[in-house]
Amino acid sequence: MTAVYVEAAGLAAPGLPSWREGRETLRGEAAYLPTPLPSRASAMLPANERRRATPAVRLAFQAAEDAMQGTLLPASGLATVFASSDADLAIIHRICTALTTTPRVVSPTDFHNSVHNAAAGYWSIAAGARNASTTISAYDGSFAAGLFEAIAQVKADEPDVLLVAFDLPAPEPLNARRLIAHPAATALVLTHRPSDRTLAAITCRATTEAETTHADEALENLRLGNPAARALPLMQSLALGSRDAVILPMGLGSNLAIELHSP
Amino acid sequence: MKPLTVDSYTVSSALGAGRAVHVEALRAGTTGLARTSFDTNTLDCWLGEVRDFDVPLTGALSEWDCRNNRLAEFALSQDGFEGAVAAARARYGATRVGIFIGTSTSGVHHTELAYRARDENTNRLPAWFDQRHTQNIFSVAAFVARRLGLSGPAFAISTACSSSAKVFAAAHRAIAAGLCEAAVVGGVDSLCLTTLYGFNSLQLISGDICRPADCARQGISIGEAAGFALLDASAESPLALLGYGESSDAYHMSSPEPSGRGAIESMRAALTRANVDAAAVDYINLHGTGTVANDIAECRAVCEVFGLSTPCSSTKGWTGHTLGAAGIVEASVSLLAIEHGFMPRSLNTRSRDQAIEAAILLENRIAPVRRVLTNSFGFGGSNCSLLFGGLS
Repeated sequence: MTAVYVEAAGLAAPGLPSWREGRETLRGEAAYLPTPLPSRASAMLPANERRRATPAVRLAFQAAEDAMQGTLLPASGLATVFASSDADLAIIHRICTALTTTPRVVSPTDFHNSVHNAAAGYWSIAAGARNASTTISAYDGSFAAGLFEAIAQVKADEPDVLLVAFDLPAPEPLNARRLIAHPAATALVLTHRPSDRTLAAITCRATTEAETTHADEALENLRLGNPAARALPLMQSLALGSRDAVILPMGLGSNLAIELHSP
Repeated sequence: MKPLTVDSYTVSSALGAGRAVHVEALRAGTTGLARTSFDTNTLDCWLGEVRDFDVPLTGALSEWDCRNNRLAEFALSQDGFEGAVAAARARYGATRVGIFIGTSTSGVHHTELAYRARDENTNRLPAWFDQRHTQNIFSVAAFVARRLGLSGPAFAISTACSSSAKVFAAAHRAIAAGLCEAAVVGGVDSLCLTTLYGFNSLQLISGDICRPADCARQGISIGEAAGFALLDASAESPLALLGYGESSDAYHMSSPEPSGRGAIESMRAALTRANVDAAAVDYINLHGTGTVANDIAECRAVCEVFGLSTPCSSTKGWTGHTLGAAGIVEASVSLLAIEHGFMPRSLNTRSRDQAIEAAILLENRIAPVRRVLTNSFGFGGSNCSLLFGGLS
């Protein structure tokens, strides 16, 4: 298959608060320490939306805005793919709790924020992005499934695409049944032509090879503790400029092999 | 784009199970909506409930058991769909057939039941609650893959009410990029209290039956449905996806942009991708939810792209608004219109809103239908238009 190009990457996870800081850790230049992710106010959300945006939306924005630092492409011109296993379980918790009370009063803001594509909707408003936008879920394989869709978009429809993966811990009692250990979001800007900012050219194929893991135990815990962090082996290869293939889990029987090439 | 052949398709909604009962009901003008009870719902409204499907999944499938996957199971067994998929699986291998399924709420009804059964002292959810296989958005896509013996690329698309229209675009891209040879697409959304009380909180639920484009329309009637299509470019079938268009309103989370700007863009993108003139479209199946805002903005957009004369209707007066399944239900209605040569009317519409200029069909029209455009729009300003046609 012909390649698509990784123009920029974004990170927002414990110990990896941005691509600029996180890539040094991923290169091994600094030890990985899982320090809590500081929340950063969105520079893009308009006041009205900033008031209504949930922690899940703000987390997605943190990685998305970070990735936009690495490109000169305007956010308004990018198509988007958002990938999340569970999006916002805190809202599911609040709505399901409200439904057990009398009278049943569901908050209208909660309901409109409850759609899986809430982050995508806020992004389109904040960025003035009127292109195609897709939001997917593939449980723990959500990042690779989102990458699969983003690559297919770039190749078949030829836009440039912002991919954003995010998930965050659920409140109890849901947390006991869907453990997301820590908040994490990862993002990539993919383009159909290379630029002088391109980090790597990538191709993908389905494979039954085992997924790539991290030797560093703390980094491996981060990877396994959040579906969006399943992107970390790819982020590490991008940070290192490595040309080795990485294998990411994609949901069902097959994994996704990402081959990295020089642009 | 090169047309993508629809090898097989099936739909189950409040009208019944499978294609034949849908043709019959659409021709006869009988609605599937009723003032029926659901769970512990106390809202005064009409519902589009699917009948006779709510049978527990047992044996190897029991971990998937919830209303949404029961509905998926019921719909998969209609119209010989499983046989068509088995043939594709034999042709290409299980890993080369993709699975792309739309849903807005997946099995959240199961979580509602689990919250009702929380332990009073510990607040723990009951042991039977399996989040991964029921409530998680991917659950229905994984269930469908499992039931059909497929292991190709799989994900759920969840963009509210455009979800199961966008699966057609995702499948086309995956096939065009060489990432799979064929794809099962579809949508499944089932009744739950989350959407009933949620839409009610936004004052969008109608006490009256859903009356799209009517001057006295009051909002939506919620329905449930499931449908699937097998897309395979090398299949021999007279039906195909000719084009698709996707856009974002970038306006508001739960209100459509009033000028219809996003809808105009998605409809034009579908026509452009298909290389088809607006005049070559015989019928438009509207998103037509029956809310004041949607119907005005959408019809404004339709008139901008197609002029005032292209016949159009919403079929939500038959099925209700099936949310994440609306795309596949109305794709199926579009394919039935082409196959059977008729355009369904806007059921329950008595008198067209004076502010709506589009050519809303108040009676069924029997005529050859070569191309149909169908719209699906969702919260978050997510728009998708699909263009289907006959390949005679």
